[in-house]
Amino acid sequence: MAANLWRPQAELSTLRLRAELLAKIRAFFAARGVLEVETPILSAAAIPDPHLASFSTRYSGPGPLDGQTLYLRTSPEFSMKRLLAAGSGCIYQIAPVFRLGEAGRRHNPEFTLLEWYRLGFDHHRLMAEVAELVIQLLADRLPLATEVECSSYRTLFHRYLQIDPHRASVAELTACATAHGVSIPPGMPVDDPDPWLDLLLTHCIEPQLGQGHLTFVYDYPASQAALARLRPDDPPVGERFELYLNGIELANGFHELGEAAEQRSRFERENAERQALGLPVMPLDENLLAALASGLPDCAGVALGFDRLVMLAAGTDSLATVLAFPLDRA
Amino acid sequence: MAMYSTNEFKSGLKIMLDGDPYTIVENEFVKPGKGQAFNRVKVRNLKTGRTIERTFKSGDTAEGADVADVELQYLYNDGEYWHFMDQQSYEQLTADAAAVGDAAKWLKEEAICQVTLWNGIPLSVAAPNFVIMTIVETDPGLRGDTSGGGGKPATLETGAVVRVPLFVQSGEIIKVDTRTGEYVSRVKE
Repeated sequence: MAANLWRPQAELSTLRLRAELLAKIRAFFAARGVLEVETPILSAAAIPDPHLASFSTRYSGPGPLDGQTLYLRTSPEFSMKRLLAAGSGCIYQIAPVFRLGEAGRRHNPEFTLLEWYRLGFDHHRLMAEVAELVIQLLADRLPLATEVECSSYRTLFHRYLQIDPHRASVAELTACATAHGVSIPPGMPVDDPDPWLDLLLTHCIEPQLGQGHLTFVYDYPASQAALARLRPDDPPVGERFELYLNGIELANGFHELGEAAEQRSRFERENAERQALGLPVMPLDENLLAALASGLPDCAGVALGFDRLVMLAAGTDSLATVLAFPLDRA
Repeated sequence: MAMYSTNEFKSGLKIMLDGDPYTIVENEFVKPGKGQAFNRVKVRNLKTGRTIERTFKSGDTAEGADVADVELQYLYNDGEYWHFMDQQSYEQLTADAAAVGDAAKWLKEEAICQVTLWNGIPLSVAAPNFVIMTIVETDPGLRGDTSGGGGKPATLETGAVVRVPLFVQSGEIIKVDTRTGEYVSRVKE
């Protein structure tokens, strides 16, 4: 067995499928006048989201960064927003990204994101474009309805769990998890509903989403807005969306937050949370914040897991089958 | 005992949950698009054999269970306990009915068994996959029937009852697969 570890895990036919899908993606964006860009993998700054862990390395060599820690990007979002603020217009990138600690049947610590930004789009208009692309790429490879389901986060929790995710208390969420036979992990917080919502979403809802069709989930709790703008509804919601197909999460998008001050305070809140959890505090991306301050055009952006898309197209159930060399062979 | 992070979870790892030893059967890493990651694990209770599902926050830890599989020689049953011996150290260990369970009916003196120890005490006993035993009682079958179709019950020296072909007679020695409880063949003395 070990003697064969030099061989690719993916079948050569799957690698040809990867190449074919990449070519179709490039044609899709070329036809729409969206510019392909490449931005750096290494940065002196990193995303402070406590649920994302960045690989780090140390640069030594000429220049002022000698001896400094650099982080491998978990997504190309920050640098692409700097291009948008500099007037690039609509852009996309096929981006290798890196996330520490994420390994499993549907996770590999390095993977490929297809990320794109559309000027003047809100998250609903971008969802429509995501659906168009994904259906075009997958329609002749698996049973896939052309009708697309769009449900708000709140609607899904009502439908599957009869609970209001924006207003339920931790006690109510706990009771809901127990009633649905979910094993409660030790050490769940008593004052923060978000991990409970994540528990219910991953255990009770996600596996049922998008069976044979695309399901978009939109308008997340404000606390889970990430880099999306907030809409001052009652309660306020984050203009964020996720795409699911056959129970697999494929993409995450935002109607992008453009306010530098709000972005800075979210980063600082996340770093404070990191500190409370005993995680390293991340250096903020001052270049991103300066770009937002100079003016980000109104836009929506999305990151789509390319390897998972290939996995669905190949009709397999594990990410390793579509990677030439997954982690254990890298 | 060592603590294991969810990063070290894999099938076969023995961990403690609610005071009982468990073995991990399956481990799946799940994470919503953004937010808390979890490990959903299927675990089997080594005392009861029941499999349940448990979820951990990724990065959390579980206490390891001091569980080891050892090969011991079965000595005798004193009416309440089954006595085994480690053939290297000659140390003797006793197992109760809960630990021996269904293996009891396949235990013949001197048989080498796989015994799972928890904190040094037998937790479960697995009979050898195949045992050779004498039939102490079975109805005389029809002469000339060699097909084996149908079969008849036969009581073995340990009290176990297996179905044997009609041509097999009392006093004969047979080989039995203890995992299925099925007759395999006759054995020549």
